Amino acid sequence: MLEVNNLTKNFGGFTALSDINLSVNPGERLGLIGPNGSGKTTLINCVSGTIQDYEGEVVFNGENLNGLVAHKRARKGISRSFQIPKPFSSMTVKQNLLIPLEYGVLENQLEGLTIEEHADKIIEDLELQEKSNELTGGLTQIEMRKLELARAMALKPKLLISDEAMAGLSSSEVDDILKILIALNDATKITIVMIEHIMRAVMSFSERVVCLDAGKVIANSTPDEVIKNPAVEKAYLGE
Amino acid sequence: MTSNSKFYSVIVVLAALAYLATAFVDNQYYFFAGFAILQLMIMALAWNILGGYVGYVNFGSAAFFGLGAYAAIFVMEYFKADLFTQILTAGCFSAVVGLATGYLTLRLRGVYFAIATLALLVVAETLIVNWDYVGGAAGTYILPKRNPTIFGILIVGKENALFGNYKELLFFVLCVFALTTIVICRIIEGSKFGRGLEALRDNEQAAESMGVPTLKLKLIATTISASIMGFTGGVFPYYMTFVDPISAFNLDISVNALAMPLIGGTATWLGPVLGAVILGTLQQIATVTISSEINLLIVGAFLVAFVIFAPDGFLGLIKKFKSRSD
Repeated sequence: MLEVNNLTKNFGGFTALSDINLSVNPGERLGLIGPNGSGKTTLINCVSGTIQDYEGEVVFNGENLNGLVAHKRARKGISRSFQIPKPFSSMTVKQNLLIPLEYGVLENQLEGLTIEEHADKIIEDLELQEKSNELTGGLTQIEMRKLELARAMALKPKLLISDEAMAGLSSSEVDDILKILIALNDATKITIVMIEHIMRAVMSFSERVVCLDAGKVIANSTPDEVIKNPAVEKAYLGE
Repeated sequence: MTSNSKFYSVIVVLAALAYLATAFVDNQYYFFAGFAILQLMIMALAWNILGGYVGYVNFGSAAFFGLGAYAAIFVMEYFKADLFTQILTAGCFSAVVGLATGYLTLRLRGVYFAIATLALLVVAETLIVNWDYVGGAAGTYILPKRNPTIFGILIVGKENALFGNYKELLFFVLCVFALTTIVICRIIEGSKFGRGLEALRDNEQAAESMGVPTLKLKLIATTISASIMGFTGGVFPYYMTFVDPISAFNLDISVNALAMPLIGGTATWLGPVLGAVILGTLQQIATVTISSEINLLIVGAFLVAFVIFAPDGFLGLIKKFKSRSD
């Protein structure tokens, strides 16, 4: 459903991504790993439209997205969470979810429910009920991460990209987030791309893992094979 | 009564009171002071649409105001247009300038946007200073029409007219403007458009990723804000009867327009209104009792005090005391 063809992105003289080819299948759970600075977030920024001036093409459900600004890609069904949470801080948790529901979701995707009912349902699924009417400033780390995911889910995406949704969480909290993502994938068959540094999480979650290093794809196969791949080992640990 | 019908009843009652005041109050000073405060209020409300709701600090309010004033002067000179047409042209012209400015500058953020709008003010003033048709640097006089009528009814005249003189008419016009602007701001705050602006103020990148068309919303906000400033400027020439670039493009106008909301509170329309009423009144009292030079000092002192001690303005202070007493 997502095809990235010959994607290259330079920042001045620095090549963040060089000639990336990647395809993601419908309903797939894909893990995207790589050391810091390997280009994972840049790749996501190119796919979601935050970065527009890349070379190559991003094709989504057969449609070339080049030249399409981020909010239009969001409406086509590409949703992302941010590595550093970016909540709408003057709003309550529920109001945060109403923004994508109001702006990014088409009438016919609402299945006869009001946007408030949709927001309440997502809040319930993620067990954020107690904080529903609180401002985001009072949220704990795990709640903030959940809000970031909830807001991405509120967009009713076909493709959900979770950018380090578990950074800074404890082991049991990581399990909570994993459970949410797997349940979401099971229930709605939406495609999920997970960027993650916590290997235990990404390996148990993913059906396929892609590893980036210095802007290039160095591995692309099942979790078991990737973890044994000498190139991946070298990228993470050095010679 | 619902809060909506209550709100609109108050608006209508205030407009009626303003008209009654023109009929029964004889002391012309009140209309002069009222006009000054209303002008502050409208500029503050208009500034707040971009500065408060969207978080883009506009230092060029005086440019939109002044261009409105000069658009009015131009159509009066060239087409011998009446007051109504002048005001309408002023608003439309500033709206177009606002849209164009927005398109060129809204990719800038923070202090860069502020500098760009300040530059617009300088450019606009320089253009007018060098354009002799509308008076150039020397300024121009406006001679109000004698005995204007609408549908055969005398508007301004000594007897059997709607208003006793032009100052009363323009006070009433500005009052209706102010109330209309309050209504517009309140509608924005409760709308999908307003919620989109709030999201983009909190985090532009996240808003865009959630489907909010940020550039479009910013352009609409800038256009609305600029056109309201232009309308206000359109009333200015008839009121002053003499306009020069220094008075129409005065930086004081820009500073006041951003100080009032910051002092009153930027979250809702009530903030700019409170700020303008309280500070405008103080300024008028100071002008009468001390000197007119002290005006900006008062604003400055308040601004510094509020930025340090009450960053959310009067409204924030009130909220704080309320939550403390609960």
